[in-house]
Amino acid sequence: MTLNDNQFSPTRRLVLKGVGVVALAGLGILRFGAMPAFAAANDKWPEEAFKQKNEVDAIKALYGKTAEASDKVKLDAPEIAENGAVVPVSVTTTLTDVTSISFLVADNPNALAASYIIPAGTMPSVANRIKMAKTSNVTAIVEAGGKLYSATKEVKVTVGGCGG
Amino acid sequence: MASTIRVRATANGDTTEVQALIQHPMDSGFVKNAKGDLIPAHFIQQVTFECNGKSVFVADWGTAVSKDPYVKFSFKGGNKGDDLKIGWVDNKGQSDTTTAKIA
Repeated sequence: MTLNDNQFSPTRRLVLKGVGVVALAGLGILRFGAMPAFAAANDKWPEEAFKQKNEVDAIKALYGKTAEASDKVKLDAPEIAENGAVVPVSVTTTLTDVTSISFLVADNPNALAASYIIPAGTMPSVANRIKMAKTSNVTAIVEAGGKLYSATKEVKVTVGGCGG
Repeated sequence: MASTIRVRATANGDTTEVQALIQHPMDSGFVKNAKGDLIPAHFIQQVTFECNGKSVFVADWGTAVSKDPYVKFSFKGGNKGDDLKIGWVDNKGQSDTTTAKIA
């Protein structure tokens, strides 16, 4: 993945300020001015974590700790995905106090696929569709009560979703 | 322009189930076009969901989220007729917002 700074034009910042103020005001995250331009534009999007190539580094960049496998995290993914460009995966958990849920694909060029913030009152259950380059382990990470729990499942891909 | 965001939010008892479908190419930056040139990365980075001024869900996405992304979640505290506000921002600074009524 090549993300260079010049893709993030001044227009982006302006747009973000507009949208950001509306979208983030409720979260109390309003620290645009003093921050460097790039960081300001990505105030909350965990850019470093999305840049990491392998799973362990991505988890570390995102949460700063390691996860332990737990049978309380239920990862639902197909055994075989015919089309790697659209793999439906979902996760639910019986854990309480969940603050975030993330999906990682170990053998993708960048392991982290998606990360969701779960505020209080929102169910710890997310379904989405991700791309997989090839057959790989898919890992769901659940952050609950400050600890990380994970579930992993191998998904066989017959047609990859990255290039071809 | 029609909104790029399609939302279905249904209240069932005290929980509201939200399904959102966004039209977006989600180019990963790894795929080549017919001429063999790489298509630059173009993907949604963040989607926010707000109900009654309170954030109920935030999605941080990388390039590995499928084209025309779909996401489903549910939350407590929404009532029929409440407004659910959804907005996304991508890595090129494009964005869109929409407001849906919980049914």
